Order: sequence, then structure tokens, then C-alpha cells
Amino acid sequence: MNKKEGTPPMGPTPPMGGMPSVGKINPEIMKRLFSYIGQYKVYLVVVVICILVSSVAGVASSVFIQILIDDYIVPILSMDSPVFTGLLKALCIMGVIYLIGILATWLYNFLMVTIAQGTLKKIRDEMFEKMQRLPVRYFDTHTNGDIMSHYTNDTDTLRQMIAQSMAQLISSLVTIVAVFACMLYQSVYLTLIVIVSIFLIMQIVKAVTGKSGFYFVRQQETLGALDGYVEEMINGQKVVKVFCHEKESKEGFYRRNEEWREASANANGYANSMMPMMNALGYVQYVIIAIVGAWLAISEVPNLTIFGMNTLTLGMIASFLTLSRNFTNPVAQLANQFNSIVTALAGAGRIFTLIDEEPETDDGYVTLVNAKEENGELIEVKERTGIWAWKHPHGDGTLTYQKVEGNIVLEHVDFCYIPEKQVLNDVSVYAKPGQKVAFVGATGAGKTTITNLINRFYDIADGKIRYDGININKIKKDDLRRSLGVVLQDVNLFTGTVMENIRYGNKEASDEECIEAAKLANAHNFIMMLPNGYQTVLEGDGSGLSQGQRQLLSIARAAVSNPPVMILDEATSSIDTRTEGMVQLGMDRLMEGRTVFVIAHRLSTVMNSDVIMVLDHGSIIERGSHKELIAKKGTYYQLYMGAFELE
Amino acid sequence: MLQILAKSLREYKKASIVTVFLAILEVLFEIVIPLCMSNLIDFGIEEGAMKVVIRYGCFLLIFAVLQLITGCASAQIGAKASAGFSANLRQDIYDNVQTFSFSNIDKFSTSSIVTRLTTDVTNVQNAYQMIIRMAVRGPVMILFSMIVSFQIHAGISMIFLILIPILAICLYFIISKSHPILVRVFGTYDGLNNIVQENLKGIRVVKSFCSEQYEVEKFKKVSETIFRDFVKAERFIAFNSPVMQFFMYGCMILISWIGAKAVVASGNNAAVGLTTGNLTALITYSIQILMSLMMLSMVFVMIVISRSSAGRIVEILQEQTTIHNPKNPVMEVKNGEICFRNVDFVYASKADKKVIDNISLTIHSGETIGIIGGTGSSKTSLVQLIPRLYDVTGGALFVGGVNVKDYDLDTLRNAVAVVLQKNELFSGTIQENLRWGNPDATDDEIKEACRLACASEFVEAMPKQYDTYIEQGGANVSGGQKQRLCIARALLKKPKILILDDSTSAVDTKTDAYIRQSFAEYIPDTTKILIAQRVSSVQNADRIIVMEDGRVEAVGTHEELLKNCSIYREVYESQQKGDDTNE
Repeated sequence: MNKKEGTPPMGPTPPMGGMPSVGKINPEIMKRLFSYIGQYKVYLVVVVICILVSSVAGVASSVFIQILIDDYIVPILSMDSPVFTGLLKALCIMGVIYLIGILATWLYNFLMVTIAQGTLKKIRDEMFEKMQRLPVRYFDTHTNGDIMSHYTNDTDTLRQMIAQSMAQLISSLVTIVAVFACMLYQSVYLTLIVIVSIFLIMQIVKAVTGKSGFYFVRQQETLGALDGYVEEMINGQKVVKVFCHEKESKEGFYRRNEEWREASANANGYANSMMPMMNALGYVQYVIIAIVGAWLAISEVPNLTIFGMNTLTLGMIASFLTLSRNFTNPVAQLANQFNSIVTALAGAGRIFTLIDEEPETDDGYVTLVNAKEENGELIEVKERTGIWAWKHPHGDGTLTYQKVEGNIVLEHVDFCYIPEKQVLNDVSVYAKPGQKVAFVGATGAGKTTITNLINRFYDIADGKIRYDGININKIKKDDLRRSLGVVLQDVNLFTGTVMENIRYGNKEASDEECIEAAKLANAHNFIMMLPNGYQTVLEGDGSGLSQGQRQLLSIARAAVSNPPVMILDEATSSIDTRTEGMVQLGMDRLMEGRTVFVIAHRLSTVMNSDVIMVLDHGSIIERGSHKELIAKKGTYYQLYMGAFELE
Repeated sequence: MLQILAKSLREYKKASIVTVFLAILEVLFEIVIPLCMSNLIDFGIEEGAMKVVIRYGCFLLIFAVLQLITGCASAQIGAKASAGFSANLRQDIYDNVQTFSFSNIDKFSTSSIVTRLTTDVTNVQNAYQMIIRMAVRGPVMILFSMIVSFQIHAGISMIFLILIPILAICLYFIISKSHPILVRVFGTYDGLNNIVQENLKGIRVVKSFCSEQYEVEKFKKVSETIFRDFVKAERFIAFNSPVMQFFMYGCMILISWIGAKAVVASGNNAAVGLTTGNLTALITYSIQILMSLMMLSMVFVMIVISRSSAGRIVEILQEQTTIHNPKNPVMEVKNGEICFRNVDFVYASKADKKVIDNISLTIHSGETIGIIGGTGSSKTSLVQLIPRLYDVTGGALFVGGVNVKDYDLDTLRNAVAVVLQKNELFSGTIQENLRWGNPDATDDEIKEACRLACASEFVEAMPKQYDTYIEQGGANVSGGQKQRLCIARALLKKPKILILDDSTSAVDTKTDAYIRQSFAEYIPDTTKILIAQRVSSVQNADRIIVMEDGRVEAVGTHEELLKNCSIYREVYESQQKGDDTNE
């Protein structure tokens, strides 16, 4: 009779993907979830009180009608001249109770909104913040789709749970307790019947939710697989077209789609049949109570209540019947919520796993500061002077400053991404300040890996890497990276204006500095031809620009950061050589006095380096200037002239 | 819009109708049962008549069982229908997307296609499930409850006729206030997901520029906006429950008052008028009516929320491919001759910029052509016209003597193999990926293709060789290896025309030369078009086309161009700078 009206289901239910739930409610996760909700302690207390009040009003309304009939109407019937004042008074009191109940309902719904959304926001923000601190290894070993689903699916099921299930839970519990008390007040014998039937109902609930839970997990899995397939195929749709692969693509989709359909039909089928089952059981219970109760009353069996014995009247049975209806309904509600709670907790579990991941370790203590030279001494300053210094606190409490020159040394470095496959073998590289060092070699020889290590995206297993004589493990990661300007093979532009993307290299750069950098990278011309020039918004990783244009922006971005050391990893591979030549001029100016590591295939890019390192299967096999290496007539010579295999 | 969606119902139409019918049956039971219950109380328990109690008890049990059957059946069939409907919807969208040409694909970005296939379909499914079970139930319940109520006591039942419209107006008001805010929030949600996506893809860039905090601030700002908007919208929706309760409780009190008077007036005599049992029944029905209204409002909200999703689905379902197969297609490509005749081309989205401007060119079958040109000179656009990935917007293009528009699309595309600039491999074994070129290729043919593409060495060095599994996006092979596998894949088609769009940029010079050599040796009859940055890659071509700004600047052999084309000379010299031992 008093079904708790929840708020209507909110928002899109995003695709479900990810790890299956265990089908049980994990108390650890519940506890942790509550710690997030805990920021709203005061609200929560008010909410619980309001739910209590609202539920009491609800319970009152169900007993009210019988009381009304028994205590007010029936007596009036026996009066000769009916007096309604008693009834009126009772109705007014009920009205007041109801009003309070309504206010309480509104208040808790109102507050619950803030609690639910606020908790979600906190979890969301924390998840993103923690994610930013994770090592590169995490992103390389987890698919983007999987990580994304934490933000979409898992967070959304949580929202539904907090906003709806929680309130439902509390109000159902309150109603159950209140009604139970009322029932005991009426008759313990009849209450016993209710208890037995509830027990039976629970068994059925367990069986059905077991089945439906299994299929919900399956639905999640199959939808995740479907999503993964869709993402991959649609992203490669152009290749599908080129190879006339449409039919196979459709068939692959059909298979996965069918699996999902089956799982979903079963999951929802079982879940939705729960209510009819509970209702039916409720009616059976009703009949049994009616028959037993009537028999008890008619046979005048003494009735046990918690307050003692009395006789069971027919009116009491009628009222008990109504009460029993109000007992089974909340139980059914609870059972209904079970699945969504389990799913939500599974999602919460995944979110917490992400939050608990080990962040990038950083034991560095040397920092990078702006400096100026005064009387041969380095003094730290706040503003950008173009001169950088390492601030080195020592164990004995002293502080030394060392000018950043760009002297990079790799000594006997070994490295592997996975234990079985050694990528770098005893690599030693010496780059003096202002030198241009080129790495060449077959694909997979380890060139990009070296830059991953200098940047400390990954840490080396053996050997030493020194920057200006300081072991890079001693330098704070952020500071190390700030001192390196990187232009990678994958450009990765962000949604925003062209100006913002260039400014990404140095958040404090002025507009003029950004435009300067763009001119240096030879990007200025094509930017001015865009509809809004520098204010043109780039979307989808710069999808409106050609590959070459994107790379020019990437170079501008690095240029604006004006770092002491630069790493260019195939930075101009998509740019034609003429344009590259023009960029090169600016780059030369930029590279004056700075150390640059270049990775490229093109002879023209590599040729005027000071030192060229030839890598093969993770080891340096030749080093020297272009002239020296050609004269050697070794691997380098063959690479550019002959047919030597480097695989 | 509904008509288009309904097309996806197909085999589930029957199930949906059955579900609706069962829902109506359920309603009937839910109406009869309280009647039964009240009779049990009135005539059985109040009178102390055991026999009557048992009689109505049996009725109740029968109804309970019937309701159980219809309820469970409706649940199962309803779930089947809605799951089937959304599966069909998804398949229909996907199938339509497979017919898309490149310009169709450009119109909807890939991420929006993915969202439509996933999130939007789920929204529509949820709405549909709710509709078939509740949307019909609600009005039927209200109708029947009203009928029965009126039969019990017409006067009191008049209250409903007044209260229900008022309640409906209140609920409508709430919905209309919250809806626009909700629509806005979902848009912001997309923006939030976009930030996460970009961070995931570009994590190295973020870390290199130490922008972690910057990105976190960006995220938090959007997160805050979502928080505020959602709270605003949901605060409106929070009025739903109290409003419902107000009407419900109010109804109860009103009915109690008027009902009490009526009962007294009739002396609690069924023959005369209202009895206490009737009163209980009336109150029960009033609650049922109000609850049904509530359910209807929830359904309404659901429909409103999923409306935008439905709109997006319909949009993509209705999209027609821009490139069609002709009526009587030519099923054979005779040779690899290509002829451009005054060809113009513009992209649909940027129709004011002529990407290809009046190009006329003839390429003979078996020729090796190099194309060189500055960044953005339209080289890729030019070659994508050949297999009809895009259609020319002016002039005509002929392959093997026949206008490309007259060929059967599959035939044409099987004869023209393109290795795109962006190399995509798919999750599956190397073999499976290669077989995209030719599903019926023998193992020998696969090995041969890999040899030509200089891929066999590294593939055979892998522990599982051709059965090595390629991770999503080809993460476990290097850039150069990916390119070579893509070339092998294209070679398996045994095409008449092979187009390599800058496909050796990540491959070192020596390997590049080796590949070109194998082409010359083993597929001399295939017309080869090589777009490259390196002069060394195109030097030995039969002819080289120099492109600039969508026009052909010059055509000729390497020597001719060195003499006559200043652009070519510049490029050549910039790449040969300082090389003493030139061959």
C-alpha cells in the first residue's frame, strides 16, 4: 500500500563493462563508500531522521484507516444523533502528522540530491587526480576503454545506488521495524505466520537474485566486449572500407550482439519477475492469516500480544491483514534493490582499485629553479630569465646551486619493459652541453626507449643516468621533465584553441611568445589561414589539420617551453623535407647552446648532428659524426647506402 | 521518428504486444484482488463466517496464482522484447555505418558513432522496457480503478476527477523545469569524458609538460559544473515524492471524512449505501490511482530523457551513403591504367576550398609513379579518389578504361589496394589481419606477401610467428613493423593498382629501397603509386608527380624534374645536403 516512491531513474545508463561482481555485498567497499559520504555527516543525520519521520507517517497512514473505522465510525453508528467532532479531531491530527511526513519527505529528497551528487563529485575528482599521478606503465598496460568505463559506467551505477537505493533501504527498514512492532502489538501468533512466510520469501529472493545476478554480470561482460569491438572497428572504419571487410565486420558484431541480447533478456527477465512473485506470496500469506485469524477469533482462542493476553476481535484481524501487506511490500522493495546495489558496489570496487594504484614514485629532492648570475654566483629568482639552475639540498643541510647546462650521460644502462625481453644492453651515451645527438637504427632497436628513460617515464634496471653530473633519480620528476622539451611521435593535441595548445608548453607564456614559437616552427602561416586564426578551436586531437600541421604545432609547443634539453622523436616524420628545412632553420636557432636528442630515419635530419649513435637490438654498435661513420663504411654507411639487414 | 525506430522491432513486435496485453491482465487482477480482500473482510471476518472466509480465500489464491503467471510471463517476455529490440537497433545502426563512405564517416566523428551505438541505445532500451510494461498499465489501472470506485460510491469518486488533473499539472510542471537542465548536463558529461579520453591518449604529453595539475584543474571545473547542474535539476525532481504524498494523504483524509458520513448515513448497511468495507476499498483504489499516475510520470520522464538519444539514433539510421553502386556495375577491372580528366574535388564540410583543382593525368598500367609535394598539397586526397573512397566533384576519373562510378564497388576496391597513412591493425593474429586482404589466401601466399613487404624476418623471429596475437591498436608491434604488415595485407589482394600513402615513413631507408626493389621484381604489372617525403623513395619511379596546392606542378622523371622543376630541386637538395659519397 505504501510503496516508497523513488525518484525516477535518472540519466543515461552507460554501457556496462569491466570486472564481474561477486554477487554478494562486500562490506569493505560499503564502509569505504560511506567514508566518502561522510563529508555530509550533518546532512546524513537530518536525512535519516526525515526518512524515519516520513516512514512513520507512512505506517501511520496504513493503520489509520482501521483505527478510523474501529474507534470513530463504528461508535458513531451506534449513536442516535451522530456527532462527528471526534472524527474531525482525529482527521485533523492525522492531517498534521501527514503534513510533517510530507515535509520530511521533501527535505530528505532535497538533501539526498546534494549528498549523492557531492559524493560522486568527490570520488570522480579523486579518481582523476590519482590517475594523473600513475606511472606511464599503468597506461601502457591498461586499455583506454577499460579506464574510461570507471568514469562512465561505474560512476553512474554508483549514482543510482546512492540516490535511490540508499533512501529506499532506510525507509524500507524503518517501515519493516515499525510495522513489525505494530503486528506484535496486535497478535504474536499471527506475527509468527508472517515470520514464516517472510522466511520462505527470502529463500525465493535468494534463488531469483542468484540467477538474475549471474545474468547481470554476464550482461556487463558481453556489453563490454561489444563496446570494445565497436570502438576498434569504428576507429578503423576506413581500413574496413578499403579492404571490403564490411561483411565480416557485420558478422563479428552480430555474434557479440547476440550474446549480449541473451544475457540482457535473462537478466531483466529474472529481475522483473521478482515483484510478481513477491506479490503472489503476499496474497497467499494474506489468505493464510485471514483463515487462521478468523478461526482463532471465532474459536475464541486466547491471543498473545506483547502486552499480555487478550481476545482477538474480528476488527483486529482486519487491521492485522492490512499491516501484513505493509510488511511484505518493503521486503519486496529491498529485494528489488539488491541487484542494483550489488552492481554498484562492484563498480565502486573497481574505482577504489584504481584510486589505490601505486602512484609514480618520486624520491627526488633536487629541484629546478630560475636563476640569474651575479658576481659569478647563481642566485635563485622567481621570474623566467632563461637561465636555469639545479637546487641541490645536501644531507648536511647545505644548499648548492648548479647551472643547468644540458650535460647528459648514460652509463652502462640496461632496461627491459618485461623481464623476458631485454630492450637496452649496456648502453652508454655522452652528450655534452649544446651537442646534437642523433639515434638511428632499425625499428624496435630501442631509440624511443632511451628517451623514455631520460624522461623517467620508466626507470632503469641497471646503470646510471646523470644530468649535469646529478643522478636523475635524485631529481624530482616534475623538475626533470620541465627541463626537457619533448616532441613525440604521437602529437596529441587537446580540445581548445590553437593558442592554448601552444601555450601548453609553458602555461605562463604570453600571446606574443606563443606566436613567436609558432613562427619558429613555421606554423604561423597555416594558423593564420584557419577560420579564427589562433583562436580556432581544435577538436578531436586536431582532426581538422593535416598530420604535418599537427606536428608543426607540436614543435611550437615544445619551443615555447624553452627548455635546456630537447628530445625530438621522429618530430618531423610527417612533414615534407622542404617544410622541414624551413623548420630546421628555426630549430637550429633554438638549439644553440642546448643539448638535443634526435631520433629519425631521415638522413637529412640526422646528418648535421655532432654525434650519431647507431643502435641495433638495444646496443650501440657505432658512434661518431656523419663523416666519420660514412668513412668507417660500417652499419651506418650500409643503412643509408646499401642493403645491410639490421633485423 | 517513432516509425523509424519501430522498424527495428521486427520479430519482437509480437512479444511486445503480448507483454502489453499481459500487463493489462495484471492490472485486472490488481483491481479484483483488493475487491476480493475487502469482501473477505466484510462478509467473512466481520460476520465471523468461516465458510465465507474460506471461499474468498480460495478466490484470492486462484487470483494470486494467475497473477503470478501473468506477472512472470510479462517480465520474461517483456525483457526478451526490449533486449531484442535494442539488439536489432544496434545491428541496424552498425549495418548502416558499414555502408558509409568516407564522407559519411567524416560527418559523424568516430566517437559520436560509438556513443550512439552504446549509450544512446541503452537509454532507448530502458525507456522501451518501461513503456511496454508501465505505460499501458497506468491508464488502464486508472480507468478500471475509477470504474470500480464509481460503482462503489459515485459521489466520493468525483474527488478523483478533480484531484487527478491537478496532480498531473503539478508533475508536468516539475518535469518541464528539470528537463532542459538535464539535457544540458548530459552535454557537459560528454565534455568531461572527452577530457579523460584526451588525458589517457596523451598521458606522455601531459607528463612531459608537467601538466598534471593543470589537467586536474580543468577536470574539476567541469566536474563542478556537472555537480551544480545535476543538483539543480534533481532538486526539482525532488518535489515529485512530496507532491505525490500530499495528494495521496489528502485524498485519504477527504475520503475518510466524506466516507465516514456516508457510512453513518447508510448505517453501514451494504444494501443502503456505503459500508466500512467499501470505505477501505475506496481508499485502496485511490492509492492505486495516484500510484499509477506517479508511474506514468516516471515513464514520461524516461521518455523525455531518452528523446535526445532516440533523435541521435534516428539521425544515423537515416543517413544514406553518398557513394552507391551503379545499376549495372562492371564486374572486372581490365588493367591498372588510371586517367584523371579535369578532376576537381572539395570536401563536403569545407566546400569553399578546392582541394583538387582541375587535374588531368594519365598513368599507364604497370607504371611506378611517385608523388611528392608539400604538407597539405592534397596528395592523399588525390589517391583516395581512385578506389572511390571519395567521389570527384568535377570532371571524371577512369580506371582500366572505365569510369570508376561504373564499377561494382567491391570489384573496384579489390583491384585497387591502398595502404593508408594511418596504419590500423586489429586485435587478432597476424594471419587474421593479413587475411583481410584475401580471406582465401594460402599460407604460402601470406609468406610471399610478407617477404615482399620486408615483414617476414621480424614475423618469423616472433615465438608464435604468424599466429602472434596483435593487441588492440597494434600496441605490441613497432611503427615500422605495423607499416610493413599493412603493406603485406594490401599485397595479398593481388591488386591491379597499389597505392602507398607515405607508408614507409617509419621504415629506414635501406628497407624502403628493398621493398621497392621487390615490387619492381615481383609485381611488375601492378601500377604502383608511391606518395613519399623522401626523394630517394621516388627517385627511381618511372615518373614523378610534383603537387602543390591541389595542382600538378610538374610531371617527369627524376632527371627531368631536377632540370625543370624548382620545387623538386629544392626538396632534393635539402635531403642531400652535405652528402659527399653520393651514388
